[in-house]
Amino acid sequence: MKHKQSISLSERVIERTIQGTGISAIILVVLIFFFLIKEGVPAFFEIPITSLLTTRWYPIEDYYGLLPLIMGSLIITIGASLIALPLGLATAIFIAEIVPDWTRDILKPFVEVLAGIPSVVIGFMGMLMIAPLVRTTLDIPTGLTAFTGMVLLAWMALPTIVSVVEDVIDAVPKTYRDAGLALGLTRWQTIWRIVVPAGRTGILTALMLGVGRAIGETMTVMMVTGNAARVPRGILDIFMPARTMTATIAAEMGEVAQGSPHYHVLFAVGLTLFVITFIINLAAAAVVFRQTQRSERLLS
Amino acid sequence: MVLAGCGHQTAAQDEAMTVTVQNKGSDTIVNLALAWAERYHDINPQVRVAVTGGGSGTGIAALINGTVDIANASRKIKTEEIEAAQANGIEPVTFVIARDAIAIIVHPSNPVDKLTLQQISDIFSGKITNWQEVGGEDRPIVLLSRETNSGTHVFFLEEVIRLGNKDDDTLFSQDTLLLPSSEGIGAEVRQNPNAIGYDGLGYVTDDMKTIAVSRAPGEEFWEPKVETVNTGKYPIARELYMYTAGEPEGAIYDYMGWILNPEAQQIVLDLGFVPIRKIE
Repeated sequence: MKHKQSISLSERVIERTIQGTGISAIILVVLIFFFLIKEGVPAFFEIPITSLLTTRWYPIEDYYGLLPLIMGSLIITIGASLIALPLGLATAIFIAEIVPDWTRDILKPFVEVLAGIPSVVIGFMGMLMIAPLVRTTLDIPTGLTAFTGMVLLAWMALPTIVSVVEDVIDAVPKTYRDAGLALGLTRWQTIWRIVVPAGRTGILTALMLGVGRAIGETMTVMMVTGNAARVPRGILDIFMPARTMTATIAAEMGEVAQGSPHYHVLFAVGLTLFVITFIINLAAAAVVFRQTQRSERLLS
Repeated sequence: MVLAGCGHQTAAQDEAMTVTVQNKGSDTIVNLALAWAERYHDINPQVRVAVTGGGSGTGIAALINGTVDIANASRKIKTEEIEAAQANGIEPVTFVIARDAIAIIVHPSNPVDKLTLQQISDIFSGKITNWQEVGGEDRPIVLLSRETNSGTHVFFLEEVIRLGNKDDDTLFSQDTLLLPSSEGIGAEVRQNPNAIGYDGLGYVTDDMKTIAVSRAPGEEFWEPKVETVNTGKYPIARELYMYTAGEPEGAIYDYMGWILNPEAQQIVLDLGFVPIRKIE
């Protein structure tokens, strides 16, 4: 009671401000969600669900098949993650465990600068340099493909993954490594069998951040993936153009008549994107939570 | 107080002399109309032309309702629209203000240099997928198009892919790459020998190759050029219109006259359209 009285007015103001900003973040997310529902859900009444599940997206002639867009986004995101994870993990291990301190002090800021490159610049480079290279190297009809998008997105997700994983590995207590080496393990065995498993929760978080970046990225994919709304028919179709949900919204929202079916469908696409990212975050949280529980059990 | 009063009076006098012309319609024309309005305001500061877009239909509807002085349209006014205007006591008067040609562009190394409209239609609808079928090398054809919100996309679909046939419901091939900008199409055409694209004549640069087009097999092939467009020989071209409410008078008459003179038509050329008269 005495403690409470001693809280000054300014402290109470600061407390309220922090509380307010915290709550405003939650309110914003809820507002966005309700806005998406309000504008997107009418699409499911205006256009039969059977038409939404077709493979033709050509809204100016009332073809509203969402499958090519959903498949395009998923394939490019999964591909980008598959490229970025091993590369990011290896880079982080290299920076954290292998190089001497002075090299690390140079490498880490450089990797982090990568994160600051605007996506439109990466898209521009991709369009003028990577796409021609992909076309001539792989001898495919065009370089504007899903694969080109994956490579660029992986590159954009790398700084996040490297930075987070490096911090995680750095946080693994030195005693773990000492114990490993004392047991006669090689340096590589210590890293791979002890340090990396000890940091796997953080590594998973890094991967999820990378996936989040990849699925939401718009400008780069719009510039390099060719935006052809086609459903992939096989694994080799990653070397064909694809159209993502984000690029569709960005390309078409500017000209669409408000309140038209096309307008509502674009919001429905946004809603789908929101739900997919929500599920990914939820899954990541669940895995992290389970692992925490397990480690607590082991420690007790 | 006195100074403030004087200032106010001068502003009021200026306002009395200023004429505002309302101009609305086609998004294809909106940049051209804006450029004209700005230049005209520099020459005649007492005339302000207020330009808004919204589409050809929006502009014509506003003309029918009497809310604009000039409507811009990238298509001809329909008979129903003329009737609706006449019912409101407005007689629309047509002005052709510029022409817009769409060039078919390919990589400079592509040996194909002429195609019929039917061949272009078959290529973009996916019936022809290899350059060999139209006399080129054994290469797959990569189709490039602007996004669906572009007026050029719609014109190309209706007049080239469907050959102007309204009952035709052929669409672009699903493998068509939809690029968000003219620059995207240009970059791909410049570096990819498989590519074929289309764009306004103003966007064609020297490092890409234009295709000569004929209306039907056996007819002559024409390169997209200012002359072939103006003589009506090049098949993929359209006229751009302005409609006034009745015969123009006063400031509107002067403005419409200025639009047809060489200075204004030079702006047409600068913005990538085809001027309706030859510029020296």
